[in-house]
Amino acid sequence: MNVAARARDWVPAIIVFCAGIALWQLSIEIFNIQKFLLPKPWAIVHACWTQRHTLWSAGWLTLKEALGGFAIGSSAGMLFAAVLARFRRLGSALMPIAIAANAIPIIAFSPIFNAWFDPLSPAPRMATAAVLCFFPVLVNTLRGLTSVRPAQIEVMRSYAAGEVAIFRRVRVPTALPFVFSALKVATVLAMIGAIVSDYFGTFGSLGITIKNSVALFDFETAWAAILVASILGVLMYIAVSLAERFALQWDPTRQERGTA
Amino acid sequence: MITVTLLALWGLWELYRFIWVETGWTRPFPVNGTTMPHVHTIFKAFGQQSRFDGPLLISVLLRAALFTGKEALVGFLMGASIGFVIAIGLVHSRLAQRAFLPYIVASQTIPMLAVAPMVVVWLQAGWLSVSVIAAYLTFFPVAINTLRGLQSADPRAHELLSTYAAGRWKVLWHLRVPASLPYLFSALKVSATASVVGAIIGELPSSIEGGLGGAILNFNQYYSLVPQNLWATNLIAAALGILFFLGVVLLETLVVRRAPVQTA
Amino acid sequence: MSVVAIHGVTKTFPKGNVTALQEIDLEIEPGEFVSLIGPSGCGKSTLLRVIGDLIQPSAGSVDVNGKAAHQARLDHDYGIVFQDSVLFDWRTVAKNIALPLEMLDWNRAKRKDRVEEMMRLVELQGFGDHHPWQLSGGMQMRVAIARALAFEPPLLLMDEPFGALDEMTRERLNIELLGIWRRMESTVVFVTHSISEAVFLSTRVVVMSPRPGRIAGVVDIDLPQPRTVDTREDPHFFELVTAVRELLRGVGADEHGSVPAEETA
Repeated sequence: MNVAARARDWVPAIIVFCAGIALWQLSIEIFNIQKFLLPKPWAIVHACWTQRHTLWSAGWLTLKEALGGFAIGSSAGMLFAAVLARFRRLGSALMPIAIAANAIPIIAFSPIFNAWFDPLSPAPRMATAAVLCFFPVLVNTLRGLTSVRPAQIEVMRSYAAGEVAIFRRVRVPTALPFVFSALKVATVLAMIGAIVSDYFGTFGSLGITIKNSVALFDFETAWAAILVASILGVLMYIAVSLAERFALQWDPTRQERGTA
Repeated sequence: MITVTLLALWGLWELYRFIWVETGWTRPFPVNGTTMPHVHTIFKAFGQQSRFDGPLLISVLLRAALFTGKEALVGFLMGASIGFVIAIGLVHSRLAQRAFLPYIVASQTIPMLAVAPMVVVWLQAGWLSVSVIAAYLTFFPVAINTLRGLQSADPRAHELLSTYAAGRWKVLWHLRVPASLPYLFSALKVSATASVVGAIIGELPSSIEGGLGGAILNFNQYYSLVPQNLWATNLIAAALGILFFLGVVLLETLVVRRAPVQTA
Repeated sequence: MSVVAIHGVTKTFPKGNVTALQEIDLEIEPGEFVSLIGPSGCGKSTLLRVIGDLIQPSAGSVDVNGKAAHQARLDHDYGIVFQDSVLFDWRTVAKNIALPLEMLDWNRAKRKDRVEEMMRLVELQGFGDHHPWQLSGGMQMRVAIARALAFEPPLLLMDEPFGALDEMTRERLNIELLGIWRRMESTVVFVTHSISEAVFLSTRVVVMSPRPGRIAGVVDIDLPQPRTVDTREDPHFFELVTAVRELLRGVGADEHGSVPAEETA
């Protein structure tokens, strides 16, 4: 597809964006909605500027918490999955537990992490983010490591290859697409963990900014903080997608999965 | 099987506790009666009064779970049905897909849950406004996945239905919807948990106290004195999340029973 | 010394108590091209895997190159090709061919030279950097053959390698395979569903019967070498095809309608 055609594809989406902003601005003026309920779009952008020092330091802290939790949780998930793939019976016994654990509202445990770690440090938020990332990465990695084609294992066995060689040359490449789709989900979860666990406590970063601004009916700042959080979330997501694109150059189905 | 698992988890918990207490390790965190209460202490808390002269903790928590469960369920049903209907609309219009799909996809890369406090204040705190949070958390994954599912049918099956001169609605009912069900349910499983999370978080900034979110905030304040109450609350929250998930799994086994046969 | 010596091999699968192979005896000499043919369920693929030590027999012994099949596998005495090429999607064509060489710890330069050589052999020069999904089915199969032959094993095992290809590609690859077989001076054991393919390629066709899998008869193929397009029009070719078909009819293949079942999805 050439550039012009691709640009044309985006026209409807851009129109919707502009129309949405215009409608937003207009409806506030026409219906005289109080600004603490719904601030004007321009006011939010303005708040981003006036509150830039608060937002910058809170955002930076949130990013550190999210990234730390993401790194810890995801690597622990992959490591566990590798062990469980090696000991298949243990893996199939623990799989239902991991799936059930995935259904637990883990965010609700963040007050406990505040009791475990120094609530003034980033550690409790990082822990929430890590636990949130852990289970989906574990489940997906294990699924990937065990969904190899039996014939490919047979090929390796015909070369008298050992378990290590099979793991490295067949299981890991097969698992990579699964791992990346879990990592993309995990970036969002890490961000949610870092922000939303603030809602339970009194110390923290962007989440506290949002919580306190809402309490003071300063919705401009709250929305500005949400905007910053969203941008950070998207940036993390894009970073993982780029890594995926680099690592999975061989995969013809990547495009299809990437858009969904 | 479940009993063995739970016993094993109990054993691990107490073993970890024992080792850390005995050796006095403080990494990653110091272990004591406050940070990790005994499992039996937590379970005993269910049978005790949460407040002087108050009802038993278990009845307080079950009532809270029922309340939060109602919020989550209403939101889940709203979000899922709206998402499903929107997906059916989108699948029939390329233009609408181009206009709205990028935003639905982008919604999956941002922390939507963070908007919860605004929504609650906006809609004037009430359990229904908490449901709205659960609804929008459910809506986006359901809409995307259903759309993908509706588009996933074998092109040859579309050709076959064309030879029967089947109209748009026949194709939708006999081909697209059955093909979408596995996709729909994988979204519903994610959303089931998300709607419970959304309901709990939605209760936090409002003055809603009847639910699990309120209970967590309340017991969190007394954590250093009675940590087992917060743990007990979280166990109930975990059970609620798993219950929602299992509900969707059960529904899936009832509904999708025929789907693989049709797509095979 | 035989390349493959099978004595009294029996294989039962505990699941469903199926006897896949019963009392199989077969010797294959160096330079032979032996086809195993028979209806579905006659155990021909199982027999191939027993030779390759990918399945252990319940009774009997298999020697490859004068040693136990297990040792032969560890010594890289054979290469194997499966029906659906089984290429590794994440590796380029060149890296797929180099896979067994990596297992043998060849150094990079040596691997590169051999891969070049193999790509010339299967006429895929210039496709080294492509990924498998970018190739047609016939080209993928040529990569699989190059991979199996890369370390010059004395024995080549092929499990319905051309079963999923169209008739024209299949006939062209048949001739290419015979060319490779002559040049490499290797021994081939070839599993197929197709009577004409078996007769065209082989020096000997082993007909197997189902339930339990047994050898029903052996037809020596004395068509002159090298075989060409004209071989398929030789009256003697038709006589041999008829001979194999008669044997298959004897084992009840026609009733089950499974020969020739060349369409495998």
